[in-house]
Amino acid sequence: MSAHKHQTERQYWMGVLARSTADSVASLLVSLGTVPAYEVIKRPETGTLMLEARAGGAGRRFNTGEATLTRCVVRLADGTMGFSYALGRDRKKAEHAAILDAVLQTESAHRSDLLVMIDRIAEEQQAQRNIVSRKAAATKVNFFTLVRGDG
Amino acid sequence: MYVAVKGGEAAILATHDLVAEERRGDPSVPELSVAQIREQMQLSVARVMNEGSLYDEDLAALALKQAQGDMIEAAFLMRAYRTTLPRFGSSVPLDTATMAIRRRISATYKDLPGGQVLGPTYDYTHRLFDFALMANGEDAPSAAIAPEALDATMQRVPDILGDEGLMEPEVPPADDPRPFDLTRDPIEFPADRDVRLQTLARGDEGFLLGLAYSVQRGFGGNHPFAGEIRLGEVAVQFVPEELGFAVDLGDITLTECQMVNQFQGSKDQPPQFTRGYGLSFGHAERKAMSMAIIDRSLKARDFGEATEYPAQQEEFVLYHADNVEASGFVEHLKLPHYVDFQGELELLRKIRAEQEERAIALKEAAE
Repeated sequence: MSAHKHQTERQYWMGVLARSTADSVASLLVSLGTVPAYEVIKRPETGTLMLEARAGGAGRRFNTGEATLTRCVVRLADGTMGFSYALGRDRKKAEHAAILDAVLQTESAHRSDLLVMIDRIAEEQQAQRNIVSRKAAATKVNFFTLVRGDG
Repeated sequence: MYVAVKGGEAAILATHDLVAEERRGDPSVPELSVAQIREQMQLSVARVMNEGSLYDEDLAALALKQAQGDMIEAAFLMRAYRTTLPRFGSSVPLDTATMAIRRRISATYKDLPGGQVLGPTYDYTHRLFDFALMANGEDAPSAAIAPEALDATMQRVPDILGDEGLMEPEVPPADDPRPFDLTRDPIEFPADRDVRLQTLARGDEGFLLGLAYSVQRGFGGNHPFAGEIRLGEVAVQFVPEELGFAVDLGDITLTECQMVNQFQGSKDQPPQFTRGYGLSFGHAERKAMSMAIIDRSLKARDFGEATEYPAQQEEFVLYHADNVEASGFVEHLKLPHYVDFQGELELLRKIRAEQEERAIALKEAAE
C-alpha cells in the first residue's frame, strides 16, 4: 500500500506511476516540454498475472485467480531502458510510464522536477488512502459495559 | 453423438439482433454505462471477478452489461477473454497483513488490537426498502470522517491465539513450493490444499454457500467461529525477469475470512483450534466465509476425521463447484441431440414391438 520500506527510489516511482491515472501520467509527460526520442522495445501489451496468496495469510501458497496487467518497454536514444508494469489494460498509460521510467534514470535536467511532481502525486495517493481509512475509523465500535445492579 | 448439420445461420443471426434489443430494454429509458455498473453494482462486479477468476473491474462491469446481469454468463465471458491473453507470470504472494483495512471484525474477540471496524456493511440495516433510491435526484451521500486513520497494519486474529500454541499453525511447507495451477494442469485426487483453495476461490458462491450451510446444520462436524473477516486494499507486487526486483503494480480489493473451528485432537495432534481460510476478490464476504468453512471441512482427511458428508468429500466439492463448467454441461442439453434421440426412439419402438409379439405368442400358446 504505502511506500514500502527498503524500496529503492526506482521502485518508489514505478509504484507511484502504476497507481496513477492515465491522465496524470500523461500530464507528467507533457511537463517535459518535448518528449525525448525513444524506441519501443516491447510494445504495450496486456496479459494476465496469476495472483498468489497464502493459506491463512501466511501458510502454503495457492493461486487465487488472475488479474489483467499491461507492460511496456522503451529505450531512449542514449540507451537507457524504461519499463512499466501496471494492473489494468491501459496501453497508453503503459507507454507513457515507460518513457518516464527511462527519463528518471538519466541525468536529464527534467529529472528533479519530475521527482517533485511524483512526490506530489504520491502525497495525493496517500491523502486519498488516509480519507478512506478515516471513514472506516468512523465505523469503529466503542464498547461500553452496562453497570449491573447489586440486587 | 453430434452430427454436423448445415442450416440455421439466418436464425442465429436474427437471434443475435433480438437479444441485443432485449438487452437494451425500453429505449426511452437511459442506457447503463459500464462505469455506472462498475461504480454502483460493485458487489455484482466482485462476484463476476471471482467466478470469472480474473480481477478487472471494468471488464467485469462490461460482462454484466453484455450478459444482461446474468452472473454466470458474465463469468463465462471473463474466462473466455482470459484465454486470449498471454500470462506474464505470477505475483509475489499477496500479503493480507499489510491490507489497508476498510472493515475488520471478529466474532471471537471483543477487544482486539486495532478494534472492531464495521466498515461498509448491510449487516445492521433493517432490510426495509429505501424508496428514496427509486426517486430521481438523490443528494450525494456523505460518510462520517474520523479525526484519525486506523492503524496502518492489524494483526490477523488467528495469529493472536497462535502465540499460545492453541491454534493450528499456518506455515508454508518446506521449500515453499510453487502452487498447483488448475488452469494449466488437471486436478488429481487426493487434492492438496493449494488445489482445493484455488478451486474454491473460483467456485460458485451459491454452491459453496449451500455446502457451508450443510456443514453448519450437521452434515459435517464443524463448529465454526468467524475468527476474523477483513476487507481492504492490498498491493500487488511482481518481479519481472528483466528487472530482477519487485515492482508495485497497484492495489486490489480483497475480502479475507479466517474461520476458527473446534478440534478434539487425535493420536498425533493435541486438542486445538483448527482453521479454514477464505479469500475473494472485491467485497465478497459471503463467498469468503463459505470458502473458509469448506476449506476446513475438506481438511477432514488431514485430521483423521470421517468423510461421510458431501462437504467433506473433495472430489464431490471440487468437481462441482465451478459454475462455468457446470452450466456448460447442463446447458449443452439444449444443443441438438437429434441423432441420439432418434436412436433411442428406434430402440424403444423395437423393444415395444418385440414385447407385443411375445405377448401375442404367449396368449396364442395359452389358448
